[in-house]
Amino acid sequence: MKKAIFKTVMFGLSHALRHTAKKNKDFFKELSKHNCVAQIKLKDDSIGRYYTINNGKVRSSKGIHSNPDVSIVFKDIDVALTFMKPNPDFGEVVHAAKNFQALTLGDDKLVVWFMQLLNRIGTAGLKYGTKMPDGTTRYTTGTNSGPLFVYVKGDKIIRITPIDLDDSDAESWTIKARGQSFTPNRKTTVNPYSMALKSMVYSKNRNLYPMKRVDFDPNGERNPQNRGISGYERISWEEALDIVSNEIKRQKKTYGPGSIAMPIPSHHQWGNVGYYLSSLLRFGNLIGFTRVHPNPDSWEGWYWGAMHHYGNAMRLGVPGFYGTVEDCLKEADQIVFWSSDPESTNGLYGAYEGTQRRLWAKSLGIDFVHIDPHLNPTAQLLGGRWIPIRPATDAALATAIMYVWVKEGLYDKDYIVKNTTDFDQWKAYLLGESDGVAKTPDWQEKETGVPAHVATALARSWGNKKTYLSCGGLGSGWGGAGRNATGSQWTRCMILMMAMQGWGKPGINFGNLQFGAPLDYTHYFPGYADGGISGELQFTACAVNNYQRMPHVLTMNPVKQMIPRQRFCDAIVNGHSVGFMWDGSSIEAQLSPFEYPMPGYSKIHMIWRYGNSTFGTIANSTRFMESYRHESVDCVVNQSIWFEGDAKFADIILPACTSFERNDIGEWAGCSGYIHHNNSQLNHRMIVMQHKCIEPLGESKSDYQIFLDILTKLGLGALFSEGCSELDWVKRVFRSGDLSKKISWEKFVEKGYYVVPAEPEKTRDPVSMRHFAEGRKKDTPEPMPLPSQFSEEFGKGLETQSGKIEFVANSLKREGYDNDERPPLNKYIPAWEGPHSKELYDKYPLQMVSTHPRYSFHTYGDAKDSTINDVADHRVLVNGYYYWVLRINPADAKARGIKHHDLVRAYNDRGAVIFVADISALVAPGLAKTFESCADFDPIENTPDGPKGIVDRAGCANVLTSSRPQQKGTEGMAANSCLIEIEAWSPGQQSKKAS
Amino acid sequence: MKKWNLIIDVEKCENCNNCFLSTKDEHVGNDFPGYAAPQPLHGHEWIRIERKVRGSGHMVDAAYCVQTCNHCDNAPCVKAGRGAVTKRNDGIVIIDPEKARGRRDIVSSCPYGAIWWNDQLQLPQKWIFDAHLLDAGWKEPRCVQSCPTGVFRSLKISDDEMADIAKREQLEVLRSELGTKPRVYYRNLWRFSKWFIGGSVIGDSPDETRCLEGATVTLRKNGKNIATASTDVYGDFKFDHLDPVPTKYQIKVMHKDYKSLELDAQVESDESCYVGDLRLSM
Repeated sequence: MKKAIFKTVMFGLSHALRHTAKKNKDFFKELSKHNCVAQIKLKDDSIGRYYTINNGKVRSSKGIHSNPDVSIVFKDIDVALTFMKPNPDFGEVVHAAKNFQALTLGDDKLVVWFMQLLNRIGTAGLKYGTKMPDGTTRYTTGTNSGPLFVYVKGDKIIRITPIDLDDSDAESWTIKARGQSFTPNRKTTVNPYSMALKSMVYSKNRNLYPMKRVDFDPNGERNPQNRGISGYERISWEEALDIVSNEIKRQKKTYGPGSIAMPIPSHHQWGNVGYYLSSLLRFGNLIGFTRVHPNPDSWEGWYWGAMHHYGNAMRLGVPGFYGTVEDCLKEADQIVFWSSDPESTNGLYGAYEGTQRRLWAKSLGIDFVHIDPHLNPTAQLLGGRWIPIRPATDAALATAIMYVWVKEGLYDKDYIVKNTTDFDQWKAYLLGESDGVAKTPDWQEKETGVPAHVATALARSWGNKKTYLSCGGLGSGWGGAGRNATGSQWTRCMILMMAMQGWGKPGINFGNLQFGAPLDYTHYFPGYADGGISGELQFTACAVNNYQRMPHVLTMNPVKQMIPRQRFCDAIVNGHSVGFMWDGSSIEAQLSPFEYPMPGYSKIHMIWRYGNSTFGTIANSTRFMESYRHESVDCVVNQSIWFEGDAKFADIILPACTSFERNDIGEWAGCSGYIHHNNSQLNHRMIVMQHKCIEPLGESKSDYQIFLDILTKLGLGALFSEGCSELDWVKRVFRSGDLSKKISWEKFVEKGYYVVPAEPEKTRDPVSMRHFAEGRKKDTPEPMPLPSQFSEEFGKGLETQSGKIEFVANSLKREGYDNDERPPLNKYIPAWEGPHSKELYDKYPLQMVSTHPRYSFHTYGDAKDSTINDVADHRVLVNGYYYWVLRINPADAKARGIKHHDLVRAYNDRGAVIFVADISALVAPGLAKTFESCADFDPIENTPDGPKGIVDRAGCANVLTSSRPQQKGTEGMAANSCLIEIEAWSPGQQSKKAS
Repeated sequence: MKKWNLIIDVEKCENCNNCFLSTKDEHVGNDFPGYAAPQPLHGHEWIRIERKVRGSGHMVDAAYCVQTCNHCDNAPCVKAGRGAVTKRNDGIVIIDPEKARGRRDIVSSCPYGAIWWNDQLQLPQKWIFDAHLLDAGWKEPRCVQSCPTGVFRSLKISDDEMADIAKREQLEVLRSELGTKPRVYYRNLWRFSKWFIGGSVIGDSPDETRCLEGATVTLRKNGKNIATASTDVYGDFKFDHLDPVPTKYQIKVMHKDYKSLELDAQVESDESCYVGDLRLSM
């Protein structure tokens, strides 16, 4: 019987191929690409059929061909049937493949083509997108700020819009608070950079053809010193693939494992398949590479500081947020925004979903306070008391507030006794009993510039009101002042303050209504950090989350050598670097160093740069020029969409297409392990088909296809792809999520999205930390702490040694650990670059703060000739060039003779950048406020500026920032402690003050 | 006859620019014959946002005012257009992308600066209320749909109904004195057009210098009381909605535990005024 079925399926296959080719012209086109003989058979040759494909015609014959081009060979009839049935169980398929029960033989290119062809029979007839009355087809896509409708006509994107939910989508939630009912708008919100995506797709700066630097000869002179200087010539894909695949082989043979480094980019596109944690890692693991390990750059202080007092390692030291929207609206009297600007950073991928809730809070009369040197857009929209503060002195203000609380008894003594340890030592520090300096409001005034009476008023108001503390854009911790030299001190204070106020009691928690909407968090769909198709078990959440849902062939990088991302340039130029781990598995994992080079591995001789530019995102970034031009680097490949930043320093440019030109799938804001339940920012959870809306422009290809083409040259194509196209992978990801039980694949592909129904009111999640405040077992849906990390009974207490909030951190005082820059008891230590660095401060009296940007997501959106350039708060057109905005106070401008929208040269010993000045009272005196993440780098070289004579005109604030870690023994980025001076500038002008 | 109107709430705008960008998305690279020729990639601001920052020290606020074609009922561009610019029955003003070719004079006819010159096509262009989409059944223009904070309301109603709403909600139009009869109305325009005067009251006692909550502050002009305010926990007071003309005010601060204080405060041209710390002694 089984044999008969197998024979019938094989016989039917030729009909299916012919039938599909007849009905679908794209399929016919694909079928006509190659002529070949493909054999399917059992290993013992007892049953077989071969297919002769010739100019799009298919003929099949029973039996065994003597010399087929492609063979698919099954160990026995059971294995054969496992593979050949529609919608096979991939657990069984992968099991059979990895135990050599099924084999593919033949030319890799033909094998991949034939397997993809067979899969395509199943997807060729799908209704793809929704036909509209005006002749357009409406597709959907996912972006860094949420889903969009994409209207396409004649292979051209006409428009992109946010999504208005329809009546068939799940109902929205309602929160009842203080006699009112609040229900979110039934539409998606979107950030400006996503609104500008069409202009980025059709940008004149696209890489549309493979390019080679004119003086790079892979077989002769490579001229590394000319990277970033000499121009490019167009080459064919065939030539490009030969050069890079030969170079991979040459690297391995010449240097041994580890010589290829792959720095990872900052979220330049969205999706689960074509993502850096997905396809790139799968590719990297299949060739072997030295990992450039990221630092937790948006968490920083929370990871290196806050965590030691209370745990939450898996959130990298950032507090949880369940139930806080409802709790805040019902209970809180006040929200203190401390270095927190959710209207600029939109949480993370959250668009303006939280904005409506903050406006509800305003309508309820909840008070707002904004502690920030910049009257930021959140403060501008919401109003409230602005408390301008000198950058990187936040810990001093916080410490003095706690001093007032102690002096005036404005803290929760019962909570301190039950839920914390070593408060007496903290109290002694506050009162000056241990070091002779009382941390009074007067004491902090000298540091912060906040008048003592204002600090006292804030302390009293806070001590008497149920207060939500909003830190960083997420509100529940993150970024903000955690990204400067005292960032860890600030975050540590934030935890200790909340402990003193009874963290977890009604109305007392972290947050700003950005996170913690009452959604259904039990519905599983993989986020990008689940690793997509990577098969990478160590550096993605694949093993924890999605592997058992979407079995695929695992991959493994045999190279254990790593370089810390912030030290990449040191590694190349100095040949050595030391870093500390970003590892969310425990509080302690961050304490021991790792070094490059690692014994036994090669140093770096090839850089594979995928994604977007680093000049705008990594501190002291002109170092990258030096490292790209270093003689030890034989080859630089850049695989990216736009010709900007790092792409200008490549030997070979591989043109990638945007996510509009390929298939993918993703949940809005779904980043999985990076921030567990990050989708709690949304008003409606949405899982989105990312349709291939148009064909790739020029000769660009999807990243997946580029990897596949290269690996096919190395005989690894079938292993990489498992015979799947991107659409096939999308289907596998779809099937791995719970939505496949709720909506059919066909319907999903047609409509493009699925709204996960909100959690019913009765079963909503409890409020984070409420269990702790009430001495109960943990009841929020987080798989942390790990079972072994509870000191008491499982579920009881926190991840710290004591299970409590520790005023003196045990993890920083165990034997063998002694770090005076990070003592177990948090002490205010002034920033190493700031008003206390006297000589430097005299020379460079302005403090530059470059926060995460508002109008771009990292580099996504900026430059590229996009319409974002026309946003006056982002860039300003002066003499035909779009300059990046630097915000200064009128007094500082006047003192330097600078007028609104004048060009200015900002400089220090590290380099110089040309900005355009925005002058207003929105920034405090002494502050220069800008954004990091300029997408381009446009150096004017050989000027008298800076040590290397480099002036960047594109606007990379990070040219000026220090790469020194926050504290020794950490990898914490401290870019927001940066002293500069500015002067008026015009093109061609020699600077008055050469550094 | 129902006609289109747009209401813009200045207080709700946070300068995200989605209205500006979605309009660019709609028109850059797209030709809508009879409605609008393609907008150039850069330069044009068919919808533009102006910023107003008021105050100094810590007492600062910012407002953003979205400005665009007002679709005036008495539109200077229609007059100047001599047939190249038409008023539709639904109130929308359209510059004909064929007839208006070469007509740079139409640009200067608009007192609001809402018409832009397309150099390449030799065309005057402006925001068309997305008439092409409304005619095809869309419910609202793209700027309205893409706004995350609900700045806009687009209403297709009779002029009488609109007049009622304008009265009830105290809506204003830009430069009503021109008599152009705009169909674009504003809420909370005072955030943009009015001035404030504010300060912080501090109490000095032998024990402590403190922010003085609950002090009574009176604003006077020419010896007459205009307004009274009470200070908040930070000792702050603010008198807003003041007419934007340079004026000499007097401020009187009283608190039951402290000696009262009187001072003159001058608001200068085009400036709201934060007078700073006012110190009361016992």
